[in-house]
Amino acid sequence: MRSLWIGLLLAPAVIVMTAFVLFPLLSAFRYAFYEFNGLKPSHFVGLANFRQVLLEHPFSDNTYRALWHNIIVFIALMVFENGTAFLIAFALLKALPGHRIHQVIIFLPVVLSAVIVGFLWKLFLHPLFGLVNNALALVHISGRAWLGDESTALGSIIFANIWSWIGFPTLVLLAGMQRVGKELLEAARLDGAGDFSLLTRIIWPLMAPSVTIVCVLTFIGSFNWFELPYIMSGVDGSPGGSTDVLGLYFYRTAFGSETSGIQNFGQGSALAVLMFIAVAGTTAVALRYLRRREIEV
Amino acid sequence: MKKTAGLAILGATLIWGFAAGAARATTISFWTWRQEDRAAYTEIFKDFTKLHPDITVKFEAFPDESYPTIVSTALAGGRGGDVIHVHAYGWLEQFIKAGYFLKLDKTTVPSLGNLPSDALLSGSYRADGQVYAMPFASQTLGLLINKDVFAKAGLQPPKTWDELLTVSKALKEKRITPLANGLGTSWFNEMFVAVFTNPFLGPDFVHDLTTGKTTFKDPRYIAALSKLLELRSYMPDGYEGVDDETSGQLFLSGRAAMLADGSFDIADFKTQNPQLNMDFIAPPAPKAGDPGYVTKFYDGGYAVNAASPQKAAALTLVNYMGTPAFGDKLVSLLGDISPIKGVTISDPLLAKVAALNATAMPQIDLVYFRFQSPTGSELLQTNITKMMAGSITPAQLGADVTAGVAKWYTPFQGK
Repeated sequence: MRSLWIGLLLAPAVIVMTAFVLFPLLSAFRYAFYEFNGLKPSHFVGLANFRQVLLEHPFSDNTYRALWHNIIVFIALMVFENGTAFLIAFALLKALPGHRIHQVIIFLPVVLSAVIVGFLWKLFLHPLFGLVNNALALVHISGRAWLGDESTALGSIIFANIWSWIGFPTLVLLAGMQRVGKELLEAARLDGAGDFSLLTRIIWPLMAPSVTIVCVLTFIGSFNWFELPYIMSGVDGSPGGSTDVLGLYFYRTAFGSETSGIQNFGQGSALAVLMFIAVAGTTAVALRYLRRREIEV
Repeated sequence: MKKTAGLAILGATLIWGFAAGAARATTISFWTWRQEDRAAYTEIFKDFTKLHPDITVKFEAFPDESYPTIVSTALAGGRGGDVIHVHAYGWLEQFIKAGYFLKLDKTTVPSLGNLPSDALLSGSYRADGQVYAMPFASQTLGLLINKDVFAKAGLQPPKTWDELLTVSKALKEKRITPLANGLGTSWFNEMFVAVFTNPFLGPDFVHDLTTGKTTFKDPRYIAALSKLLELRSYMPDGYEGVDDETSGQLFLSGRAAMLADGSFDIADFKTQNPQLNMDFIAPPAPKAGDPGYVTKFYDGGYAVNAASPQKAAALTLVNYMGTPAFGDKLVSLLGDISPIKGVTISDPLLAKVAALNATAMPQIDLVYFRFQSPTGSELLQTNITKMMAGSITPAQLGADVTAGVAKWYTPFQGK
């Protein structure tokens, strides 16, 4: 009877997960091994789709370029977003006057959807009418086409990402810092520890679980990056592919682009499978490593 | 008693008549990405129902960006609209290959006879040469001119490339942006390339390219691309990031004098600024006396879902979409140029565009090289911003497009 109840309670979730997660995942695995005749799988081609996206020009060029951009995004977010978030979290921990309102302000953009953030920053960075160039003009600095220039486009989108998302790691890290026992901090203070020592020798090692969460989520977010570049630079990762990432490359390969490309589910599925293996595999390894160094408070 | 029986028989007859009528009535659905055309199509479908009282058409629009995904998913599941608005050429072919659309011929769709052969090509499958979509409109790429800006500056629209550069220099000195185009929208960039390079390429190049005699490495193509570099100083500040909408606004507001654009924007621009004194001309010819070729392509068509349970009614609608009555409405309500023979174009500007179509070049990448991955369009769109930014040369662009297309276009292989 108990098993029946458990089965009944689990059934809705299992059905939904099977229909909307497991089945599409297995379909993608299957399609990755098929050549498509138009929009229908025609015949089994083994690893041909994988070979194309990994080894054949120009598909492989796109894959590695997109992968490299994902890596840049990950590094940039780790250094600039999470690094700044760590410092902000520490400042908030000190509960300086006005820290509550700052906490709200920092977290506020997180509630905005990526679409809104993308459009907003696209307007801010507009070469002719944008806020950024107009502000620079006030101090006699000439603006530029931030999203139209290969050297600044990816950085601009990363900046928009940091602006909108920095509140999330800040809150997670702040929560981690707040978990550190006050008696430990007070003892360290009595032993003569300054802010820097407190931060690096006491707080940092003891907030490892929060760092693990932030690192893993940043990794997954960086390698599944899609909405912001899609809104701000288009599905082809313009200009000249300088903002292309694996998410965009997968999308336009699998679903085509109305104004340039056609649909290729076989190659798209191969890319999706590779992305899944890379993200899931790296996350599993990273989690294992990060968990090992975690210290229970 | 007799009266009561008579009334009963009359009532029964009426009910039977209504029921039979209702049973005969068919409702079919029309799927499109053109939400903005709802009012026009509603009127068109009312006209259709007047001619075919047993068929009503339900208009269903889907977001432009996700239209291919929605349509392919629906068709794969044996669903979807009865009549489906489709893009042309390679976009259509992937659906035909999958067997999702009915083959159209003159026995089922006699109005196909009203269409010219180049229009039918846009709705055909290369493998069997058969038509699967009734073409709906041709689009022409050329140069939109703000006549008031030119008049105020005391200048004439350019007819040759040298005149374009001279006029642009003069406009710039008067602090008017000569050319509104930016490079912030990929598909718009491809059109920009087509507008200015096609007059330099000419039909012979297209013939050589499509018969495998040459590739995009051809010196004619490289030379034509090189001409584009001369335009950079006459485009808006920060042109690398100026998108198609901003370009349109610069032109509409009179801040820019010219815009390389398509006839598809004429109706929209007139709606946005009814006072706009606009002209549409052929892009500059290489030199005086040379033809200034516009670029023409077909925008899409109407296909019948092979899984439709109402194929006969759907075919009847598609047949209507090939008649002059439909074409006239397409022109008057949507400002499109219908390829249907016998259609009247009363708008002087659209009539001029239609006349320019007599000496038109195809949009090369769309018509011939957008059938498999990587398409010529995606390769060109990715590389043109690099070329304009100076990070690759025109020759490198030509080589890259050739190498990419050679993956599936056998005449380019080994060249």
